[in-house]
Amino acid sequence: MAAAAPRTIALVVQRDLARAITAIENGYASASAAGDTLPPRRESAPAYVVGVTGPPGAGKSTLVDRLIESFRSNGDSVAVIAVDPSSPFTHGAVLGDRVRMQRHSGDHGVFIRSMASRESGGGIAPTTHHAIALASRAGFDVVIVETVGVGQVELEVVGVADVVIVVTVPALGDSVQTIKAGLTEIADLFVVNMADRPGANKTSVDLKHMVRESGKSIPVLQTIARDGTGVGEVMAALTESRGHHHTNAARSVRFDVVREVRDRAVRRALDVLDGSRGRSILERLANREMTRAVAREELLDLALEEVIHAD
Amino acid sequence: MPIKVLVAKPGLDGHDRGAKIVARALRDAGMEVVYTGLHQTPEMIVTAAVQEDVDVIGISILSGAHMTVFPKVLKLLGERGVDDIVVIGGGVIQEADGPKLKALGVRELFDSDATTQDLIDGIERVVAEFGRAQKRTDAARSTA
Ligand SMILES: Nc1nc2c(ncn2[C@@H]2O[C@H](COP(=O)(O)OP(=O)(O)O)[C@@H](O)[C@H]2O)c(=O)[nH]1
Ligand SMILES: [Mg+2]
Repeated sequence: MAAAAPRTIALVVQRDLARAITAIENGYASASAAGDTLPPRRESAPAYVVGVTGPPGAGKSTLVDRLIESFRSNGDSVAVIAVDPSSPFTHGAVLGDRVRMQRHSGDHGVFIRSMASRESGGGIAPTTHHAIALASRAGFDVVIVETVGVGQVELEVVGVADVVIVVTVPALGDSVQTIKAGLTEIADLFVVNMADRPGANKTSVDLKHMVRESGKSIPVLQTIARDGTGVGEVMAALTESRGHHHTNAARSVRFDVVREVRDRAVRRALDVLDGSRGRSILERLANREMTRAVAREELLDLALEEVIHAD
Repeated sequence: MPIKVLVAKPGLDGHDRGAKIVARALRDAGMEVVYTGLHQTPEMIVTAAVQEDVDVIGISILSGAHMTVFPKVLKLLGERGVDDIVVIGGGVIQEADGPKLKALGVRELFDSDATTQDLIDGIERVVAEFGRAQKRTDAARSTA
């Protein structure tokens, strides 16, 4: 590929993008209004959205740093949305992903934003998909979304990404077994990072076996994100998938719709449970006028009725 | 909404144990803490603060470089068109420098004896007094 001049995004647009994301996060503006301060996207196609998920400490941020470098050398401007979990108790969070990406700080073609997962139990902040849309609107060619994947939570990333990289490490060979059903559903690419550690080949073989059993053809690659080994192959796979990312878009939209339906159902159910009928059942339970099991049944009927017969 | 704080450690101070302890204490107080690592230049601090759109930048300096770092950070924030982020500082600060830094626009200074509870209280106070959250909600309401 011919070396293109790496594209950049005006600093004032980056500032307004940052503020628009905050407005969405904090509910100051609706999703449709938040981007009003941004110029309309000039490119006809939206940004290519790459999801990177996997357990804490697997080297996701280090790999993202390498991907930024590679996309930049192809000329693409890159926004990173890095989601870290909020404490369920204090709602606070330490957002440390950008530590690994600091060398891109002076590059005006790179925008990095950390987000706490807030009330979503999951790896994806409720507003992440709006943040991605805003970064795309601001003109970024590529948006990389890093999320912590633990168990089922990492499935969520599919709802927002065109392509999903699942990062794992040799020492976690066992956990590959426990989460295997979900993983082949969402991964477009498996990366066994820390290939400098013992056991990388065994983990790759295990993963390949799992992929074969699932009847899919998902590449399994090895990297040493710390020194960049293997990142070229990851980029080659991403470039290949980018050519037909409309098929991924279809899958992503499907997940997104399922997620939206679930969120709305939960909201409606909560409204009912917190409403007068729900409260009266809970009161009778508290006064021992009914058993737990009966209270559960009645509440469930109430909630499901509301969810299913909603307008 | 949780207060979002950038904890920055400029210069060549050797380790980041202190910054990490502070980051965790602030998280436990319900804040969202962006941690950027060691050896941050003023440019890196301001870029991170703008992209993260934090409420507060907390800069900890042990090496006595306050009078070079803070003016630079405040100037860069102005150049980037960001004047609603509160800047606070900590570390070993010459007594005479305190008033100068405040005059420049640093809203609060904590000496090295400050407890993490002092920090938490101080951040909550400066955000209530100087923070932009209120301004932004009001702006959103008036245009809604
Ligand atoms: N040995 C080794 N260490 C790595 C590699 N990639 C990342 N690391 C280290 O693993 C630690 C966690 O990396 P990080 O990118 O923050 O992981 P994350 O939590 O998945 O984002 C850091 O100390 C990295 O330097 C690798 O390929 N090999
Ligand atoms: Mg990370």
